[in-house]
Amino acid sequence: MYAIEVDKLTKIYGKGETAVTAIADATFQVSPGELVAILGPSGSGKTTLLTSIGLINEPTHGKVVIDGATVADEGWLPGIDLKRLRREKLGFIFQAHNLIPFLTAVENVMIALEINHLPKTEAKKRAAELLDSLNLGHRLGNYPTALSGGEAQRVAIARALANRPKVILADEPTAALDTENGKNVMTLLKKLAVENHSAILVVTHDHRMVEGFDRIFHVNDGRITGEKSN
Amino acid sequence: MNLAIRDIRYHRGRFILTSIGLGLLLGVVMSMGGIYRGLFADALAVLEFTKADIWVVQQDTNGPFAENSRIPEDIKYRIKAVPGVAEASPLSFQTIQIERLGKPFRFFLIGYDLNGFGGPPLIVAGRNIRQKRYEMVVAKAMKMEIGEKIHLGLHDYTVVGITGKVVSSGGDPAAYVSLADAQDIQFKKDNDAIRNDRERIGANLAGVQSLSPAQAKFLKQNIAGITESTHTVNTVVARLAPGADIKAVQERIRRWNHFRPISVEEQTKILTKGMIEKARMQLGLFRIILLVISAVIISLIIYTSTLDKIKVIATLKLIGSQNRVIIGMILQQSLLMGAIAYGIGYALILLTYENFPRRIVLESFDLQALFVIVMAICMISSFVGIRKALKVEPAEALGG
Ligand SMILES: Nc1ncnc2c1ncn2[C@@H]1O[C@H](COP(=O)(O)OP(=O)(O)O)[C@@H](O)[C@H]1O
Ligand SMILES: [Mg+2]
Repeated sequence: MYAIEVDKLTKIYGKGETAVTAIADATFQVSPGELVAILGPSGSGKTTLLTSIGLINEPTHGKVVIDGATVADEGWLPGIDLKRLRREKLGFIFQAHNLIPFLTAVENVMIALEINHLPKTEAKKRAAELLDSLNLGHRLGNYPTALSGGEAQRVAIARALANRPKVILADEPTAALDTENGKNVMTLLKKLAVENHSAILVVTHDHRMVEGFDRIFHVNDGRITGEKSN
Repeated sequence: MNLAIRDIRYHRGRFILTSIGLGLLLGVVMSMGGIYRGLFADALAVLEFTKADIWVVQQDTNGPFAENSRIPEDIKYRIKAVPGVAEASPLSFQTIQIERLGKPFRFFLIGYDLNGFGGPPLIVAGRNIRQKRYEMVVAKAMKMEIGEKIHLGLHDYTVVGITGKVVSSGGDPAAYVSLADAQDIQFKKDNDAIRNDRERIGANLAGVQSLSPAQAKFLKQNIAGITESTHTVNTVVARLAPGADIKAVQERIRRWNHFRPISVEEQTKILTKGMIEKARMQLGLFRIILLVISAVIISLIIYTSTLDKIKVIATLKLIGSQNRVIIGMILQQSLLMGAIAYGIGYALILLTYENFPRRIVLESFDLQALFVIVMAICMISSFVGIRKALKVEPAEALGG
């Protein structure tokens, strides 16, 4: 069973004259534990592809299957609980770390566990362990503003991985970091995805960041124009 | 994890400041409720302390508090003789404003029969009036010392005792003197005025041809005596014997034609419905306006704090938070702010209400009702914020 299956996925923003086809006829599959990078220039549709798979953006046409469950087939499947699927099966990492400013590092990870019904004490233990494994053990009680860019992004990775999701979606996770920190974050992401046996889809426009990925998709003008396997 | 409390903890400076501001507002709302109750308590103070069943006043008046009422003092004997009446005692009321220590000094002077009732309810310092003349008992609020003298009318009066919180229906502190003293202060003219009056009466009588000088002299003395008489009071209060029928007693007194016997219920109505109704409505209106203002302020605070959190809310939705997590965060914050503001307002009133110029009566029912109203306002006010939050799309977490 694939972690992600996409069949003729098309996303059109707007209607009529002003309609923009951001993604057209994307078809591919990603297996559990596979590392996939999506490369492409700005405005090519990378984010749209990611958010359509990530149950944030309703696909206009085509099919999306996550961990064996069809979630979209010519639009969302009726009655589907998107939030539940997002918290149980998906982990998100963004360009900006998107940490909640009024929660400390450990609380930012805990919240993801708690909304997934983990009791508070366990959530706290798990979050602390996770951060400790990311070398953030000394930062548990710090607010995001007190963290460096690299540290904040590592907390965000911890939050995305907290529920051991089948799929991790990362949209330019290194864009706000310098090259060294960027490389470190990318390495960490890959390592954790492999450990967790999660499929990972990372969007970037920086080809220096894609080494070590299993597959690389090139996106141009909303179409997947090339695929390279390592 | 409670997001509302985490957010408050992080923005505690802002939260405390808004709570204090809101607390001040609620404190004003509470004090208005207290003043409103105080108006009642003040209006009824003399009525209650007197413990009379019937107030006999001049016919066709709502006396002695709401209107001027003058009746002869000696009517007390007739009232006492009515079957069912146990005691009757005359009372005189007047508002006095003099200068004391260079400032206007206003109080309510009650004259009572030292052998009757209606005198000071409780002596907290010094003693009660013992001599028929020139002694005075004052309310604590007048801030006078025992032994202090003040000049009223033609004489000096010495403070011999202090009584508790007795005030007029207008909230002025009350002082007590003997009935005779009160009548002197109210009616007795100074010697020049008396001499003038006597001369005018004499001159008039001298002009009457049919009177012999001896007759004229006799008449002059009698008429002057009547004009100089001070045996007038504002009311005679009566207490009934156990088991007496108040309606029958009232009917009997009413038949004399010159008097109106007012029951305590009627007097209460005159004092509360008539005299303080406008002030009461005014206060009620202010309270409503202030509560509406509080509601608007709370809504605005909650709404702007929701706007500040759009990205947080979008992120929470994106990582799959249930709506109840987000609604809970907004609602709890609103309720907490209301509760803390209420607490601040309450503490403020508790610390200051003794020092208000007018009496503040804090009734637990009022305070509880206000708490419920504040909580309801917080709940309703947070709806605007919640509505906004529920419309936030998870995709909004991505931008910027
Ligand atoms: N919410 C939106 N509404 C309308 N057009 C959009 C929206 N989001 C993206 N687009 C358009 O879709 C195209 C692809 O955008 P995007 O997926 O953000 O590209 P990328 O992430 O590769 O920069 C762009 O032309 C962009 O203007
Ligand atoms: Mg993008």
